[in-house]
Amino acid sequence: MRGYAGKFAEINLTEEKVTEVRFDESTLRSYIGGRGLAAKILWDRLGERWDEVDPLGPENILLLLSGPMTGFYPGGRLCISGKSPQSNGITGSTVAGEFPVELKCAGWDGLIITGKAKRPSYILVKDSSIEIRDATHVWGKDGKRTLLTLSKEVREEFDKKYRGRLWREPAMVYIGPAGENKCRVAGVQSKWAHGAGYGGYGAVMGSKNLKAVLVKGTGPLPEVYDQTRMLELLDQVRKASIANDVWRRWGTGYLGYYVGNVQSSEPVKNWQEEWHDEKSFAVDQFESRVWVKRYWADFGCPIACEKLSVVRCGDFKGAITDNPDYETQAYMGTNLAVFTPEANVYLNSVIEDLGFCGIQVGNILGFAAELYQRGIITKEELDGVELKWGDAKAFAKVAEMIAYRKGLGDILAEGTYRAALKLGKIKNMNLLEYAVQAKGIGIGAHGIRSGLDYPQLHSYACGAQGGDHTSVAYIPITHPSSEHTTMLMDSGVYCMFNSFSVTPQFQIDFLNAVTGFNISFEEWYNETANRIIAIQRAALLIGGPDAKWFESDVNPPRFYEPLPTGPCKGKAPKLEDVEKMKSEYYKAVGWDERGVPTSETLKKLGLSNVDAVLKKKLGL
Amino acid sequence: MSSKQVWITRDFLRCSGCRLCEISCSLYHEGKIWPEASRIRVFMYAPGIEFPHLCAQCHDHPCVDACPTEPKALSVDERTGAIIVDREKCISCGNCIRACPGHVPFLHPKDNKATICDLCNGDPQCVKVCREAGFNCLNVIEYDKGQGEALNYRVYARHPKDIAEGLTELVFGEKMEV
Repeated sequence: MRGYAGKFAEINLTEEKVTEVRFDESTLRSYIGGRGLAAKILWDRLGERWDEVDPLGPENILLLLSGPMTGFYPGGRLCISGKSPQSNGITGSTVAGEFPVELKCAGWDGLIITGKAKRPSYILVKDSSIEIRDATHVWGKDGKRTLLTLSKEVREEFDKKYRGRLWREPAMVYIGPAGENKCRVAGVQSKWAHGAGYGGYGAVMGSKNLKAVLVKGTGPLPEVYDQTRMLELLDQVRKASIANDVWRRWGTGYLGYYVGNVQSSEPVKNWQEEWHDEKSFAVDQFESRVWVKRYWADFGCPIACEKLSVVRCGDFKGAITDNPDYETQAYMGTNLAVFTPEANVYLNSVIEDLGFCGIQVGNILGFAAELYQRGIITKEELDGVELKWGDAKAFAKVAEMIAYRKGLGDILAEGTYRAALKLGKIKNMNLLEYAVQAKGIGIGAHGIRSGLDYPQLHSYACGAQGGDHTSVAYIPITHPSSEHTTMLMDSGVYCMFNSFSVTPQFQIDFLNAVTGFNISFEEWYNETANRIIAIQRAALLIGGPDAKWFESDVNPPRFYEPLPTGPCKGKAPKLEDVEKMKSEYYKAVGWDERGVPTSETLKKLGLSNVDAVLKKKLGL
Repeated sequence: MSSKQVWITRDFLRCSGCRLCEISCSLYHEGKIWPEASRIRVFMYAPGIEFPHLCAQCHDHPCVDACPTEPKALSVDERTGAIIVDREKCISCGNCIRACPGHVPFLHPKDNKATICDLCNGDPQCVKVCREAGFNCLNVIEYDKGQGEALNYRVYARHPKDIAEGLTELVFGEKMEV
């Protein structure tokens, strides 16, 4: 097997036991790695009792997986998965950094983490040795402090213990207080300002008493199938990426003004509007006011779309984050009516230290602020905080209440969907009206109302990962924006932004050069990607123990309110158009009119076992 | 390939932390991507404070002085000015690592032999890839033999911890303990 280290480590935190797991070539060819393999592992182990598994219970499985492309294709990423505490389905959430490369160099393709540790713990992987260690001294610490403490401790320990070199820091993923307190909007963090947010796996780590995982590998990356060809393709994709000037120069921060002002698709005040004309929020303002590093990159990336931002004076002094990238510019900015770069950087810095996903917590903060605006929740309920639009310090206070589950924060920590239900019950109102989510996952900062941005009318309603803007249902399924395409990146596990300048076919060629799988374009779209999506779909439909999503492919009500401002004023999708797109999509992927994968489709994909369980659980 | 001696300059604030240098170094020397065998290694004691760590070619060569074998396993390449390791003679004692003010050399993970940047025989691969990507953190300076001392006497190898702490002050505006 080429491109793979060849083995996975199963770490049982309850029994403190480590075992080796291997997958045969045909399994890897069918599911590749990352998101695909995660779906396979989770279904095989939990599928038959999926509806009973509590995502925050010890029976859930936390997966940290690389893919065959990781380390070879520019921009190394790690895929984090498990049963999602947001959607109760399976989400493949990826995060950049050197972690997956170190993992492969240590001889592991991934970690399968089960059970629950007795006390706060961290896992240390050093080549073939894997230890579960006490993390009591960093439990409760914020993100930056956690990273600096553990990274230094381990590095200095290596210097004493292993001769032969001055040791570099190990790579690391970790959670902040939000994850520890099992907030469903908590992400798994890497470096600074890097996070796997969608899915809420920070809460899963917290539920397992797992503060961090550190890894150092001293071996080489695995052999590839055809190195000459791979290096040729690597040269091509690097050159194409370098030539992608907008991404290189501005990163996704470029979109901060564009998506809002030109495309009318950026969340403003919890999506009450999607247009703004705040020139203070254009990327050149960030560049001149807060960027201290123009190019900040992860393993093997020549684009460096990330920039390092620091506020060095004023009210928000000491705040450190990345660009911020478009999503967090929007969710920690426009969505909260915060239009000052320094305030935006500050909020990002705060929520990263607390260990949140910037999109999910921005979604719930916007939801809370709208309830405050409408007088549905009051200052008293918010421990005296006046949650006014644009007040960054007020939003920071509420974020802290959520992380530590204080007062109303305890309900908001459940994520927008569950908070809307719980609060709605207390207030005796339908608050789902203000919840901009799909399948329990807050929707990424790309709206559908103006029709000018990339998502289609059914993209979030039918997506295998709900509100995830990087995984959208799309017609045709072979479109570069479709989740059948991004499945390549999530399963090969590499960077999407290094893929914009090359075709999907090019990426499949790269995959074949690394693995020798010889997968064709047609096979990828009609079988491989469809197979993985079918498993994710089944898990979503079954859901449980709380949320389940059978016959629930809907857009949030807000998406049907006409846009109130901007050049697209008055625009909103028609329900019948959405329904038309939905049924077209169902046909394209082989699902019936209720969105259930047909027995024929599942059989063709080699998923007869999924079919049996699905039909039984749904009572069909 | 240069007929002159070469020296790799580094502008730490321009390092993106992309590790393209490690990838090309290890592909050139090992035929595979192998970050911990790369002669140039990017240290990241704090995120955002990434910088390349490689032989600084101190003009007084403390590593060569410290090499205990007879004849020495470490020598200075006459043409390029690089430190060359004779792997046959290396006894893996680690003296060169300790003698280097920046602890730059390391024992190779495969055979435990001292490993130091050899300037790719005058055509450093890391510099090429860094410049191709437009980061320009690394650069090559050519000089005539005998000029080296004048060129690089200020840049003895430094310990990554010192470099990192200095950089935190520049980047974050205040010193951060790493």
